[in-house]
Amino acid sequence: MKLAYYPGCSLKGTSFEYEVSLLKVLEALNIEIQEIPDWNCCGASAAHSLNHNLSVALPARNLAIAENNGFKEVLAPCAACSSRLKTAKYEMGSDDILKKRITDSLEMPYNNSLNISNMLEFLLNVAGKEKIKSLVKKPLSGLKVASYYGCLLVRPPKVMQFDDAEKPVSMDELVALTDASPVDYSYKTECCGAINSLSKPDVVMALTGKILYNIKEHGADLVVVACPLCHSNLDVRQREIERKYTEKIGLPVLFITELLGLAFGFSPKELAIDGHMVNADKVLEKIL
Amino acid sequence: MARIGVFVCWCGSNIAGTVDVKRVAEEAAKIPGVVEAVDYKYMCSDPGQNALRNMIKDKNLTGVVLAACSPHMHENTFRKAAIREGLNPYFVEIANIREQVSWVHEDKEKATEKAIDLLKMMVEKLKRNKPIEDVRVPLTKKALVIGGGISGIQAALDIANGGVEVILVEKEPSIGGKMIQLDETFPTLDCSSCIMTPKMVEVYQHPNIKLYTYSELEDVSGYIGNFNVKIRKKARSIVEKDCTGCGDCWNICPMHKNVKSEFNVNLSERTAIYVPFPQAVPLIPVIDRSTCLHYKKGGKCQKCYDACGPKCINFDLQDEIIEEKVGAIVAATGFDLMENSLYGEYGYGQFKDVVSGLQFERLLSASGPTEGVIKRPSDGKTPETIVFIQCVGSRDPEKGVPYCSKVCCMYTAKHAKLFAHKVHGSQSYVFYIDIRATSKGYEEFVRSTMENDGAIYLRGRVSKIYEDGGKLIVKGADTLSGNQVEIAADMVVLATGVIPKKGSDKMAQMLGISYDKYGFYTESHPKLRPAESSTAGIYLAGMAQGPRDIPESVVSGSAAASKILGLFSKSEYEVEGTIASVNKTTCVGCFYCQRVCAYSAISKEEVKDRNGNVLKVVANVNSGLCTGCGACVNACFSKSIDVRGFMDEQIFAEIKSLAV
Repeated sequence: MKLAYYPGCSLKGTSFEYEVSLLKVLEALNIEIQEIPDWNCCGASAAHSLNHNLSVALPARNLAIAENNGFKEVLAPCAACSSRLKTAKYEMGSDDILKKRITDSLEMPYNNSLNISNMLEFLLNVAGKEKIKSLVKKPLSGLKVASYYGCLLVRPPKVMQFDDAEKPVSMDELVALTDASPVDYSYKTECCGAINSLSKPDVVMALTGKILYNIKEHGADLVVVACPLCHSNLDVRQREIERKYTEKIGLPVLFITELLGLAFGFSPKELAIDGHMVNADKVLEKIL
Repeated sequence: MARIGVFVCWCGSNIAGTVDVKRVAEEAAKIPGVVEAVDYKYMCSDPGQNALRNMIKDKNLTGVVLAACSPHMHENTFRKAAIREGLNPYFVEIANIREQVSWVHEDKEKATEKAIDLLKMMVEKLKRNKPIEDVRVPLTKKALVIGGGISGIQAALDIANGGVEVILVEKEPSIGGKMIQLDETFPTLDCSSCIMTPKMVEVYQHPNIKLYTYSELEDVSGYIGNFNVKIRKKARSIVEKDCTGCGDCWNICPMHKNVKSEFNVNLSERTAIYVPFPQAVPLIPVIDRSTCLHYKKGGKCQKCYDACGPKCINFDLQDEIIEEKVGAIVAATGFDLMENSLYGEYGYGQFKDVVSGLQFERLLSASGPTEGVIKRPSDGKTPETIVFIQCVGSRDPEKGVPYCSKVCCMYTAKHAKLFAHKVHGSQSYVFYIDIRATSKGYEEFVRSTMENDGAIYLRGRVSKIYEDGGKLIVKGADTLSGNQVEIAADMVVLATGVIPKKGSDKMAQMLGISYDKYGFYTESHPKLRPAESSTAGIYLAGMAQGPRDIPESVVSGSAAASKILGLFSKSEYEVEGTIASVNKTTCVGCFYCQRVCAYSAISKEEVKDRNGNVLKVVANVNSGLCTGCGACVNACFSKSIDVRGFMDEQIFAEIKSLAV
């Protein structure tokens, strides 16, 4: 199966660890991917606040290129990218006039036919639980893992149509496949502050701090995410939060693909885990 | 030869101001068949009616045409006047020259022309009229009430006290409905079971009421005055006449931990053989066969049988089908509450201390699982802070329903009040959109909850509930102050919206009555016929029609009862004669008419020769069900159906009169 891959900007920049680990996991799963040629920005997070047409046209162009290259399936690992691509598909699917307007501006044929998956959806629905389970060479037994979903992976429910918007479990299911123990806590879908990290860092520290301290209280060893921006807020801001609230956290934040990669037997270095701000060595000693 | 009299009414200046009534009368007099045409200031007055009667008598008229107001207004008045002079009432025709002419036109010349045309049409129609007799339908003077909640009970008692036999069918093992689950009732704080149980007992002991509990309606056929109903009396596994309600059986049942009590809304357990609550009527247990060990384990357990003194337990009893004939039906099937799980963000089902309003009633109630002491389900501690959230599902077209559930504002105020009374020093918060407290004493009640009992009302919605540090963190907006608020609560009570009882749509289909897009039964007229369904002989009561409180449910039960007593006060039910009739000679039996009839009034009838051989099958109109709407006339390919009084011949004559 050949699959269209839409990396978006984060996976080529600040979240390169996500792409590195993703490629390793796909290699193990024996799934071939091809980057969408000449892909452009998905429009997050500015376009949909400023210009509705543009917010649909930008992702639609990527989808149209994939479609014209004969793909049926698109993987968009970044939560914001998958949200934009899925929203464009949803809106064009429910509004023929909009679809015509956008298609005309793309100047290429487009049928709105692709199946778009975010990382979790892809792993559970396309790759499949059994296959993932069968590839686990190094069970992560004893590791307590908190899954943090954030806002966009499961919301809005009528667009995403995946998992439960208020009480998601898909990432926890993936964690359980590695033999690690999923940790239940209160703020799985609470906002991390997202892109306010640049304009209002205090807001982000308050929100992210609340999430991290709650995870800590529930006894997790580490956190997994499937969103570059969540990762950046939980990982990069962590030291600053510790200073502000004068209480140590020390929770490594991994991408879900890194956790799976570890279970598949790749080394932390191969998965670029050493690229994160919060050092994971000590926690990973438990299992390596 | 027709001898027709014409009367042109002025209706004061209502008609005469825009229509030249004298000219209309002069023109009418020229129409062949018209013996005399006059105009008069007010035809509906006594002198007007006398003029009409006198002309019928003096000129030996065969029919009368009035050019006047809409037949909706005075057709009956003039028909009655005609009957007194020995004329068939259907030989009175009305040309509506008020609502359809004078009130809607300004040009007097043209309006007069139109009035003359309408009058001509009616004269031509009248020439082709045939005498029509009203249809009389026999009445079975016995009523069926479906649903043993407060509105059904009220209807049954009122009908029975009027001297008419009533059959009351209730699906659950006991009557009482939702009201018997409530603790105290707003705005007077009467104890619900104290005011309800006497009524339940009265139903049970009433000589005119036959009560079937644990029973469901299986089938309904027939029409007003003559319904045939089948009732499925589910197997109770108890010989009812021998049971004393002593309780030996349910006290010994080993299944006392596994089954959630429906009556206590899952807050406690019940046994497999059980009465739903101690004041149940009848006080006869039921064996729930899906959980009873006897049925599950192939007859091994029979502890209840062994404990039973009068030996009235019979594991082999089967469902019984009872057939009854009734003349009228009350549909009082009640309501359900919306699924709380609709709102995942409120964590119902996930957090034990997030409960529904009905569950909180059970926690308040002295007969409830905590014997009236408010204890939270998770650890049994008495909560000190409770957050109440109104409009959970109501007024929310996105997730719930767009309508207002009407009772939640009041019961939430009552909950907050009773919480303050029972737990001193406690604090309640109420999130609301608007407060709707419009009946007698309601607004005062809500104000006193705020002012005397210290409930803090926050105008806004709750976005999410989290569990943190043993508390429920309720995050919401206070839109009056413009602030985000976070309240650490011990318990959260959701005022979930009202929806029709599950299966009420199926019931409506069985009864042949109409219901709205939510499943609530629709009234025949929303204002003027609120107790009647769209089908003659079937009446509505209680929450089955839409959200309402106890007093309104009682009123609606009584209204349905008074309609039925009114119906039964006559010896026969009279239906207007203008209904469909089939020409059995030309009917080809395609039954397309049956498919378009909204009232199920068309049945198949065999035409036989003298030896009893079936020659053909033709359509037959049930005069009790037909409303004369005419849908079948349009559908009939062989032109074999006509509505009496509106036959093709008459309609064509009307049209032709315009062309001349």
